[in-house]
Amino acid sequence: MATIKFQHVFKVYPNGYTALKDLSLEIEDGEFLVFVGPSGCGKSTALRLLAGLEEISAGKLMIGDRIVNDNTPQQRNVAMVFQNYALYPHMSVRQNLEFPLRMMQLPKHQRQARIQEAAERLGLVDLLDRKPKQLSGGQRQRVAMGRAIVRDPAVFLMDEPLSNLDAKMRSQIRTDITMLQRRMGTTTVYVTHDQVEAMTMGDRVAVMRAGELQQVAPPQDLYDHPANIFVASFMGSPAMNLFRTRLQKLESGTFMINMGDRPLIVNSSTVNRYQNLEHYYDQPLLAGLRPEAFFLPDANTPVDQCVQVEVISLEALGHELLIYAKAPATLTIEDNQAVSITNNRDDPDEQMSSVLIARVPSSRNIHPDTRLSLGVDTSKLYFFAVDGKAIE
Amino acid sequence: MNDLNSTQWMSKQSNQQWFRKIASYLLLTFIAFLFIAPILFMIVGSLKPDELVLSQASTLKAFIPQQTSLQNYRDVFERVKFERFFFNSLFINSTIVLLGLIVNSLAGYAFARLRWRGRSLLLLIVIALMILPFEAIAVPLFFQFTFLGLRNTYTAQIVPFIANAFSIYLFYTFFADLPKELEEAARVDGASPFQTFVEIIVPVSKPVFATVAILTFLSEWRSFLWALMITIDEKVRPLPLAIATFQTLPPIQWGDIMSFGVMMVAPILVVFLLFQKWFVKGVASTGTKG
Repeated sequence: MATIKFQHVFKVYPNGYTALKDLSLEIEDGEFLVFVGPSGCGKSTALRLLAGLEEISAGKLMIGDRIVNDNTPQQRNVAMVFQNYALYPHMSVRQNLEFPLRMMQLPKHQRQARIQEAAERLGLVDLLDRKPKQLSGGQRQRVAMGRAIVRDPAVFLMDEPLSNLDAKMRSQIRTDITMLQRRMGTTTVYVTHDQVEAMTMGDRVAVMRAGELQQVAPPQDLYDHPANIFVASFMGSPAMNLFRTRLQKLESGTFMINMGDRPLIVNSSTVNRYQNLEHYYDQPLLAGLRPEAFFLPDANTPVDQCVQVEVISLEALGHELLIYAKAPATLTIEDNQAVSITNNRDDPDEQMSSVLIARVPSSRNIHPDTRLSLGVDTSKLYFFAVDGKAIE
Repeated sequence: MNDLNSTQWMSKQSNQQWFRKIASYLLLTFIAFLFIAPILFMIVGSLKPDELVLSQASTLKAFIPQQTSLQNYRDVFERVKFERFFFNSLFINSTIVLLGLIVNSLAGYAFARLRWRGRSLLLLIVIALMILPFEAIAVPLFFQFTFLGLRNTYTAQIVPFIANAFSIYLFYTFFADLPKELEEAARVDGASPFQTFVEIIVPVSKPVFATVAILTFLSEWRSFLWALMITIDEKVRPLPLAIATFQTLPPIQWGDIMSFGVMMVAPILVVFLLFQKWFVKGVASTGTKG
């Protein structure tokens, strides 16, 4: 059991590439923290520094009350689950589980007891004498977990442990890992690029981008109160729709924004959520709408709560329908400096940011290449300054 | 009309294919025979009386056993101390192979995985050494061992061949391709670099160990020049020198030479059969031929 502290940690590679910039983060004892971000964001680097597989360039790293900067992985008492499991191919499952215990120089009867316990916990008892290549992907994953828990380490480190599994297996093992972690109460650091894993597994989620920590918060807080447009568009699938606009206060006391050439009356409760919004009246700013903020209007929906869009394509998911439409005023890639925050070359979704995505209940009356009126629930509007930071 | 034409065309086609197949099999059989002929000649010859070996040498009868006996084998043991030479060869070679596996694999691992100053330069030098033929350094080496007072010893026949640039290179390429995660997992599990090497790397690297063992054994088993230079008497001399004495000491008895040859080749076959499962894998995975 242990707390983990990153204090102004940097990682610079010999070729000058800075993989991690000034990371400061505290992870509580027993917490399940998820690092999430696009590839190359530094999340795996943070994990490898923690494991002791890479050296820290600057800063301080603490596990418990010890500074572990110069400690070997063994001295740190951490266990790691690798993306490709890294099972020892020449050893049986039993020998794989036994290996870390032998390295700890535990006496034989204790090793046997621990292996038995871990095997029962993970349902590996019948597989103990098999070699890794005789196991399915899910079974291999469980053996990798077993090799980690058998040591009873202070910290679990997991590097995208589910990315080699099929979707069904992934969601099952996701639950298994979460439950196992709850029961054992071991501090866990989990790296993934999958935001569903981040949202469902972590007590807190740390969003990384280009070596910098963007925000760390419980999953729902990240979703509800993203600190900047990167977090806003990274968390949530499909991503948040962002567009440039101005917020105007009309003489009647109501608020209005433009979405393209269409004025939208903004719910005053939305405006009141922000303390500093008045500084931005009549200033350019960025507005965000999640796909679920749109709805199919009925006869009673006021015209100033609707936008006209041109439907490009549809994804019918059974219980809901995703509408991809030509946006009246969405951010485009070459738009401005704010975009450089969202612009992530690895994510094709973001390359299409001139497309508006709406999520509505399934409907058979919508067709591609037609014009469509979409209602906008302005109580679900987000406001960001032009530099991409959330307005408070 | 059209149909008829196409049927004719097809049967012509299949005739051609059939002919081509026969021709290629004949050619392959002939080539295979060319390769196996000397070995067959040796084995059959070793079982024949001397006069038959010579008189039939230029006919196909050379490959047909006649008046077979093991007399030639008995002669070999009577004329020279075969068992002494055999032991010398076996001892020298096994030691070279065994120590070579340890030294060269550790060197290859250091090149592939450890980070140290001068690594790239040294690797380049090791690779460059592969093109240096042994004959080029034979004379300086001779002076060196004479100076050290090690002439006519096993040591002189073993030490120069333990470290081998080609073996190091084979190990290096194999280790460099191993997934890093295995070693990282072992490190996190608490293994030292040496434990990682012994417990994880060596067991998963059987193919390359087998490949290096066989290639080393093959090339050293037949090495002749150095042994001739550095040894004086039969106490430490290996098999290739002994078979040479058969050809220089009159009367030249070809049957004896043949049976000697058979007995000399046999161990290589045994070694190859023992390791061939991994050997084939190893040669395929390193992409290099011996």
